[in-house]
Amino acid sequence: MKFMLMMHAPRGKGDWAVMDWSPEALKAHIDFMMKFNKELAEAGELVGAEGLDMPSQARIVRASVNGPPEVTDGPFAESKEFLAGYWIVDVETAARAHEIAARASAAPGPKGAPLNMAIEVRQVMSGPPADV
Amino acid sequence: MTGADERAPGPDERLLRELTPQVVGAITRRFGDFSAAEDAVQEALIAAATQWPREGVPTNPRGWLIQVAARRMTDHIRSESARRRREASSAPADDSIVPAVDEIMPGDHDDTLTLLFMCCHPALTRSSAIALTLRAVGGLTTAEIARAHFVPEPTMAQRISRAKQSIRTSDVPFSLPSERERAARLDAVLHVLYLIFNEGYATTSGPKLQRADLSSEAIRLARALHHLIPDDGEVEGLLALMLLTDARRTARTDAGGELVPLDEQDRRLWDRQQIREGVALVTRALARGSVGPYQLQAAIAAIHDEAARADETDWRQIAALYALLRRMSDNPMVALNHAIAIAMIDGPAAGLSMLDALDGDSRIAGHFRLDAVRGHLHERAGNPERAIAHFRAAAEKTTSTPERNFLMKKAAALAAARRGS
Repeated sequence: MKFMLMMHAPRGKGDWAVMDWSPEALKAHIDFMMKFNKELAEAGELVGAEGLDMPSQARIVRASVNGPPEVTDGPFAESKEFLAGYWIVDVETAARAHEIAARASAAPGPKGAPLNMAIEVRQVMSGPPADV
Repeated sequence: MTGADERAPGPDERLLRELTPQVVGAITRRFGDFSAAEDAVQEALIAAATQWPREGVPTNPRGWLIQVAARRMTDHIRSESARRRREASSAPADDSIVPAVDEIMPGDHDDTLTLLFMCCHPALTRSSAIALTLRAVGGLTTAEIARAHFVPEPTMAQRISRAKQSIRTSDVPFSLPSERERAARLDAVLHVLYLIFNEGYATTSGPKLQRADLSSEAIRLARALHHLIPDDGEVEGLLALMLLTDARRTARTDAGGELVPLDEQDRRLWDRQQIREGVALVTRALARGSVGPYQLQAAIAAIHDEAARADETDWRQIAALYALLRRMSDNPMVALNHAIAIAMIDGPAAGLSMLDALDGDSRIAGHFRLDAVRGHLHERAGNPERAIAHFRAAAEKTTSTPERNFLMKKAAALAAARRGS
């Protein structure tokens, strides 16, 4: 079964709070993520993982009735969290996907303590249709 | 991706796939190291795939593959022992353990069955057993297996190497299981082949068409197994079940890739040849007298396949077979299908009341199929409001896109009809 694990990171002041972290804390966080991805790949469970650029760079595009599509800054300023990146894993059970998400959630934060980020877990629609 | 990825295997490729388990068996038997032997055979397969089309298929293709694989294996052992010598300079050279290529007697010994038992060993997770079986027994490349599962090649390579590791750490022997273990181990083999078949059957439309290859591959492996164990009713039953189910493949989706339910399928599209073969197999299996779950499921599939029209389906016989199946295995999905058959005989209310018992079964209580079936039965009972609610609930819970589209359309059509009336 495939699952998408979406990392909802705290937005912090205006942009990603990560800008205020100490170099050591940043290094610990990045090392954690690299090791985490390597382990998933070695377990034969990683389908894909990508980090996304900063929310300040995001654009919201909407088709308009007449004329060119509207392109505005996004995401919505009031949101406290944003999608920082995602993993797609192929695992035997939903419980295993939750276990992986829990590890990602515990990535070290600015003081070295686990961030406890919200990881949204959604199954990828790839199940078998039953004979109807 | 080009269409080349989706084409059926050519004659050389088919021959290579057939020979793979025999060659892996011969090399493993000779050198003892399954993991390295299997890698060596994959290299030999790649060499054959490039050389044979250019130079022609050798007169003894099996011998050719064994020679090339043995040479690779010899190189592997030499470099390993050189490495060990470097690490412990006092260790003596152990080139003596490398056998000459002509010492490997191809003979007429076929280790395919031993290999199959090994790759499907219960010590492996099912997903790694599937991957290893496809490679070592099926002769597929890692890239092909990865593509069929929609995962990157390195991920699949890791899964296969972990499967080999499990075999090593669990001391799974390269030998046939003992008489005592045999039934349980054969069940594990049948289950893995069944899972491979289902994975292929699950997605049969659009860009995912290539997965149909997995169904064909499962049928080929089941056929090989049946050839090796011709007198086992469950092996025969599984092969029959696959053929009888796969016979409906083309009719199962419409031109747009959407699901077509069994009672609306164009039965002229069903593969008659496969149905005849499946029916013959299951008839012979049942005549043996030791009935098992695969035979019963095949018998049910045969009844569907033999009905010229949906309303000519012999639901009484189907219900009787499901009742037998329920006595054999405590599976809520079987109980669900039994309720459908009862509803076809005694009416939707009878089916619905049977479903109530399943609400207390945690294995199926929240499953979309329970809602989907309730939707159908309420629709037939003339209760569209409840049908819509159940179809919507089922659409929310399913993880199959064609299934979700089908259920949402059912709910939408019923809702529109209500507004119209």
